This record gives sequence, C-alpha cells and structure tokens, in this order.
Amino acid sequence: MNMTSLNIVLVGIAALFGVGLYGLLITRNLIKIVMVLQILVKGVILSLVFAGKLSGNLGLGQSIAATVIVADTIVAVVGLALAVQVRRRFGTLDAPQISTLKG
Amino acid sequence: MERIEYFLLLLGAVFFAYRAIVSTRILVSTIYLACVSALVSVVLYLLGATQVAVMELSVGAGLVTVLLVYAVSVVGDDALDPASVIPKLLALTVVGLAVFMIGWMVYPSIQVAESKGPVDLASVLWQTRVLDVWIQIVLIFSGVMGVLGLLSERIRDPKKEVGL
Repeated sequence: MNMTSLNIVLVGIAALFGVGLYGLLITRNLIKIVMVLQILVKGVILSLVFAGKLSGNLGLGQSIAATVIVADTIVAVVGLALAVQVRRRFGTLDAPQISTLKG
Repeated sequence: MERIEYFLLLLGAVFFAYRAIVSTRILVSTIYLACVSALVSVVLYLLGATQVAVMELSVGAGLVTVLLVYAVSVVGDDALDPASVIPKLLALTVVGLAVFMIGWMVYPSIQVAESKGPVDLASVLWQTRVLDVWIQIVLIFSGVMGVLGLLSERIRDPKKEVGL
C-alpha cells in the first residue's frame, strides 16, 4: 500500500468517525441513536483492521474487529429492544422527553 | 487504481452515513445504513481482512437491517427526529476539534511495518485471543436472553391484580 492510499483510508476513517460523532450529538430519536452508533463503530472496525495491516499483524486486527462487531451487534439488539419497550410504555422515542416523564 | 477504489468506496460510505443521519424517515435511514455497511465491507476486503468483511456484510448489512426494519414496523415510521438539543454549529465545531486532535496525535506515529508473514484469523483467535472468544460467547448469550426478556409481553396474573 502506497502513501496516497494510506492517506485516503485514514481520511476516510476520520470522516466516518466524525459523521458518526456528529450524528450522536444531534440525534434525539432512540432508534436513530442506535443507527448512529453503528456508523461510529464501523469507523472503529475499519481503523482496527487498518492498524493491524500497518503493523504487519492483520490477524490480530481482524480478531479484535470481530469481537467489536459481535459486541456492537448485541448493543444494537438490546438498544432496539429497549427503544421498542420505551415507545410502548411512554409513547415517544424522544430521549430528552423520556427523562422528564414519570411512569 | 487502488487509491481510486479506496477514494470512491470511502466517499460513498461517508455520503451514505451522512444521508442516514439527516434523513427524516427511519426506514430510509436504515437502507442508507445497509449501504454504508456494504461499502465498508468491500473496503475491509480490499485491505485483506476477508473474514471480517464477510462478518460485517452478513451482520451489519443483514442482521442489523432486519432488526431495524422490525423495530420500525413495531413503533412506526412516523417517529420523526425532533430538533437537536445541541446547536448544529456547536456540534460541528466539537466534531471538527475531536477529529483534528485524533489526527494530530495519531498521524505522526504511523509507521508502515513489514508483514510478519501470513497469520490467519483462526490461529490468532483460538491461540492468542481465546479470551475474546469467551467474551463473544457470553455477549451472544446475554444478548439473546436480554432480548427475550425485553420483548416478551408481561403475563398478567388476575389474582394479583385484585389483591387476592
């Protein structure tokens, strides 16, 4: 991999991470928060694999990335289940509104 | 040629990620998220991480998309995202600063090392990172149990309701 490709991948990872972070800051809908977390973690997975490739140990990077994918999927599953239950109980998916409700 | 592939794939991934965030309908955002996942898996494949690319494609573009569509079918797609609590300009500034600081810290320390030979994922996973495998097993079980507990409807006992 030459330096130009390296820089392109690095900028792409940073951009994906930045878009995910921006979404996390501006999103209030619980389901969209789960989706934004997915985007953020995709940037992290790419960076783990890329770090493994640069350090000459791609197997280690892949191993950690696989663990992150599993953990992220479980977070998405539990988060969506919680969002569905919150919607059933409170009738809203707005995160700040939930914190002010009692029930 | 290689750099054009990386550029187009990552540009597409970032564009679809942005569209997933700003889209008002959750179902449309879900489709954009699946596109991001597919493009990221192609990038992973080009980087040489073939097993992780397959996992990302099947889990990210498959399982998570199905789960999101299920959640949308339960709660409805009319759940529009209200206006942000944090001003968008402030959020952009914070994100720009965070990305700049990460790049400032990480970029000077990047060194391309020589490959230590073909080390496959299976040998690393089952010999060096056995703890990760156990953590994954525990996570999968806890996820399944958590979903079963959360999605199950509460069974009402009429005797308890009347205080008998």
